[in-house]
Amino acid sequence: MSTENTIQHTIDKADIDGKQEYTITVYAENRIGLLNRIAIIFSKRKINIESLNSSASEIDGIHRFNIVITESYEVVRKLARQIEKQIEVLKVYFNTNEEIIWQELALYKVSTDEIAEKVTVERLLRQYGASAVVIRKDYTVFAVTGHREETDALVKALEPYELIEFVRSARVAIIKDSAGFHEKLKEFEAFEPGEELVENEFLDKGEKIFTM
Amino acid sequence: METAQDTIQQTEAKAEASKTLFKGTGSQVLLNGLIEEGVTTIFGYPGGAIMPIYDALYDYADKLEHILVRHEQGGIHAAQGFARTSGKVGVCFATSGPGATNLVTGLADAQIDSTPLVCITGQVFAHLLGTDAFQETDVINITTPVTKWNYQVTDAKEIPEVLAKAFYIAKSGRPGPVLIDITKNAQLQVEEFPEYVKCNHIRSYRPKPKVRVEYIEQAAALINAAKKPFVLFGQGVILGKAEAEFKAFIEKSGIPAAWTIMGDGAIPTSHPLNVGMLGMHGNYGPNVLTNECDVLIAIGMRFDDRVTGRLDKYAKQAKVIHFDIDPAEIDKNVKAEVGVWGDCKETLPLLTNLVNERKHEEWLAKFKDYNQQEIDQVITPELHPTSDEMTMGEVLRNINEICGGDAIIVTDVGQHQMVACRYAKFNNTRSNITSGGLGTMGFGLPAAIGAKYGAPDKTVIAIIGDGGFQMTPQELGTIMQFGAAVKILILNNRFLGMVRQWQQLFHDKRYSFVNITSPDFVALAKAYYIEADKVDERANLRKALETMINHEGSYLLEVMVGRENNVFPMVPQGMSVSEIRLK
Repeated sequence: MSTENTIQHTIDKADIDGKQEYTITVYAENRIGLLNRIAIIFSKRKINIESLNSSASEIDGIHRFNIVITESYEVVRKLARQIEKQIEVLKVYFNTNEEIIWQELALYKVSTDEIAEKVTVERLLRQYGASAVVIRKDYTVFAVTGHREETDALVKALEPYELIEFVRSARVAIIKDSAGFHEKLKEFEAFEPGEELVENEFLDKGEKIFTM
Repeated sequence: METAQDTIQQTEAKAEASKTLFKGTGSQVLLNGLIEEGVTTIFGYPGGAIMPIYDALYDYADKLEHILVRHEQGGIHAAQGFARTSGKVGVCFATSGPGATNLVTGLADAQIDSTPLVCITGQVFAHLLGTDAFQETDVINITTPVTKWNYQVTDAKEIPEVLAKAFYIAKSGRPGPVLIDITKNAQLQVEEFPEYVKCNHIRSYRPKPKVRVEYIEQAAALINAAKKPFVLFGQGVILGKAEAEFKAFIEKSGIPAAWTIMGDGAIPTSHPLNVGMLGMHGNYGPNVLTNECDVLIAIGMRFDDRVTGRLDKYAKQAKVIHFDIDPAEIDKNVKAEVGVWGDCKETLPLLTNLVNERKHEEWLAKFKDYNQQEIDQVITPELHPTSDEMTMGEVLRNINEICGGDAIIVTDVGQHQMVACRYAKFNNTRSNITSGGLGTMGFGLPAAIGAKYGAPDKTVIAIIGDGGFQMTPQELGTIMQFGAAVKILILNNRFLGMVRQWQQLFHDKRYSFVNITSPDFVALAKAYYIEADKVDERANLRKALETMINHEGSYLLEVMVGRENNVFPMVPQGMSVSEIRLK
């Protein structure tokens, strides 16, 4: 149900101002200051980063950023090029929500007494796909992984029962159509890049080309 | 027996290796690296946090020429001027804190004008980082948006590799400024360093792609089918050292070519296919006909707003082909039908091979028609004024007549810059040095000093307004001490002329703080032991210019020009290039 909502939401927004949610995936060297270099590309243009995650990637020593923004295709493409231009960035992809699998993790701290008295914990766990991480006399911590709408729904459900603390992680996303970075990296390490690396969208506008 | 042999070999190998090791301080290995990179000239200013490097420099006086500037901004602009005339990487030194922050304007200028620089800044001891130590500034974060790359070294062992990377990044691909911030402990640290190895590959960095012929074929097909093709070229042709390849392309295809101010001089001014300057104060024909051509071929330029005017009315009828080494520029401002990502030194010969030999006589005649209108209405009155007041244009005409187009002209920013770019004749590339993208007032004098070191055999004329000169006049001290034979020409209209022109045209002549007064420039120059003169009558102009240009050393000449002259043509901001005004 929530997925349907998301798609509807996306289409509506795209219709209004040409903007929609894009997830930018950046493969980069793990270097001090690179996050700032990337962040200022957005702030220079007064674009708000909705979510930013920095983590390891499938390759040892290579970092992977996931950045979520709501912008038009044109703007996102230009941003992606500016990011890829940074010396320590290997590759940038950007995708619409349809093109990725993504999750966010949310944690909820509620009073154990309150929740034990007023709601069936079991129902909560089942309905929202939550798991109890910690159960103490004074409080209980639930965790939910899912899309924004799913984690938001539990916030709503818990609001009447004194939600003591709430936190949600940045989005992490896997690109459906990606074969990973192992093969690409070999090309990057080669002195003479092959044609495949020198992707150039000006001609190759095949369906699978979602890269810059 | 075999083992003994092995041992001998190992010992020999070790001995061999130790020969290539250099034992010394981080500062020494830095200077050795600069020499390995072919650096001969450094513009800099010492200070507390860079003292170990300056201490090492004391012993390198025979290999590295250090020019002590009077302000770090002067140092970096000089390094820019040096890079622009020599085609090499400009190098400057500054200390931490205020020394480093004084570089910021120059870094921003070099970043937007793609000038290769390596700037070395001193930094407080690593253990003091983040303690608000004396002269500590977060230089890396301050300079991140205005550098192509920057890096902080806290361990001397990193220095050779980082320096090699810095030079490679600064000069390859789309060039730009690089800053290395070195903490004082790393400058002092004694290590055994391996032999210096130049960098030619960084896995996350692709300075240029392998050229894909299919794009060039597409471009050639569009060009061959075009009836009214038009070439726009920028500094990319100069940075790519592709002047000859570019000339071959336009000559074979017969296409008229117009330049951005950064591309000025890539082909001689007198070339029959050179139809002039683009943009806000560019020539009439190139601007109007941008909106009439059928195929627009942009080579090494980035469609700056000063070139395009109103974007939604810019060349909408034309199919655009964009050649650039920086893929982020293609489709950034103007959508390209065909984008050719690559080094124009490689792509242009491929294109030339595929284009038909043609002459576009009718089309060229259109440029000539517009040019004639501009000559009648703008150029002749500017170059041969009938009023008593001197014009900036007639000063330029005289310089052209005296130097014949062989001088290097460095300009500051404002009306004189536009006049100089419009009217200066150039026979050679790398002769027009100006702050194009950033429009940095105060650029002219220090950049001219660097330009002279970069091209010592050339006449270097710095054309500067009375406003801009007062932003960096301290560099007269550098000329005084080190003797760069720069000819300084101040065009004094006793106004901040360009702002005054806008206030006249767009703000009902409300002259708000543009009425600037000046010191006695001649006396100022003489205080620095620099020969100087002032001209306020046309009758004395020619002779004064000849005296300046023929003078052996540096020379300052102040020319009083009309107060309220305007630069025309002009594309008012927010208007289309075809709405260019002749008056």
